[in-house]
Amino acid sequence: MKLGMLYSRIRKDEKLLLSELRERGHDVEKIDVRKHQFGLDDSTVDFEDLDLVLDRCLATSRSRYTTQFVDHYGTPVVNTPDTADVCADKVKTSLALERAGVPTPTTTVAYTVESAMDAIEDFGYPCVIKPVVGSWGRLMAKVESESAAEAILEHKATLGHYEHKVFYVQEFVDKPGRDLRVLAVDGDPIAGMVRSSDHWLTNAAKGAKTAELEITDEIESLVQQASDAVGGGLLGVDLMETKDGDYTIHEVNHTVEFKALNEAATSTDVPGTVVDWLEAKAEAANTDTDCDADTAEVST
Amino acid sequence: MTECTECGADVALHDDLEAGEIIDCATCGTELEVVDTNPPVLERAPELDEDWGE
Repeated sequence: MKLGMLYSRIRKDEKLLLSELRERGHDVEKIDVRKHQFGLDDSTVDFEDLDLVLDRCLATSRSRYTTQFVDHYGTPVVNTPDTADVCADKVKTSLALERAGVPTPTTTVAYTVESAMDAIEDFGYPCVIKPVVGSWGRLMAKVESESAAEAILEHKATLGHYEHKVFYVQEFVDKPGRDLRVLAVDGDPIAGMVRSSDHWLTNAAKGAKTAELEITDEIESLVQQASDAVGGGLLGVDLMETKDGDYTIHEVNHTVEFKALNEAATSTDVPGTVVDWLEAKAEAANTDTDCDADTAEVST
Repeated sequence: MTECTECGADVALHDDLEAGEIIDCATCGTELEVVDTNPPVLERAPELDEDWGE
């Protein structure tokens, strides 16, 4: 297949995929989105020539817009712009999960410091304030007192981009020092890892220790539901264990990093499985195109 | 081998260099972006932006 890879930075994750794709003889066109323009009718990239486009943009804004353009030009793109749109925004993710009946932490959004303080007081301490767009555990606040809440809200209201005035307040889930990350393609788990840390944030990007996760039927089912809720694709689904022994899903990542998972899940060929899925996606897209052409021929 | 654009020290490059990847200068610690591979060209990497992530 001829695959276009949207990127602005090649991380180890992209290198793993590039290596696997090239080893299998696929023609890969790296598309540095910083160097191109995207018009309403066409682009400086020849997308028509590609069987499939894989979005690996590091910047969420570029991911959201570029996938919209690629889809508009009629070239198949994974993940889809709809999935990117939901996963890139924590409010949309929370709503999508709730709408689908997927367990997710209780969340309230408020637009002023005063109403956000009311929401925080309703949750009680500790609770959590998150940016609506963000990753790697950045700008996450565990709020443990009224004075801390006042300070955080004032800083966000005064110093922040307008998105920081969308106050996303969430219950604090007292997880057992770890959370779970499952990498999945259209809801089918490829591999999972446990991320453990003494810190309340257990992101691999924050230095959490990782180990392979045994994916139970319950986890598999939740991952499938979460994937369906956000539109499917290549996703990183994050789960926490609650005090009651249940799971709650707090995040679904659409340009998922998997280098840490690849090292933790030694029994799985993670990049190989992702490329298997990309091949199937390209084949399905080509089949659809052939069917459309046949239909058009019969019609004439 | 090429030079760090910030401190001028030699920077060792690995064989499977990719345009777009980041390497650290072992001398000054600057993050350098590979903007070309043949021949290798390095530039100071962009600073972290707020919407970067996964």
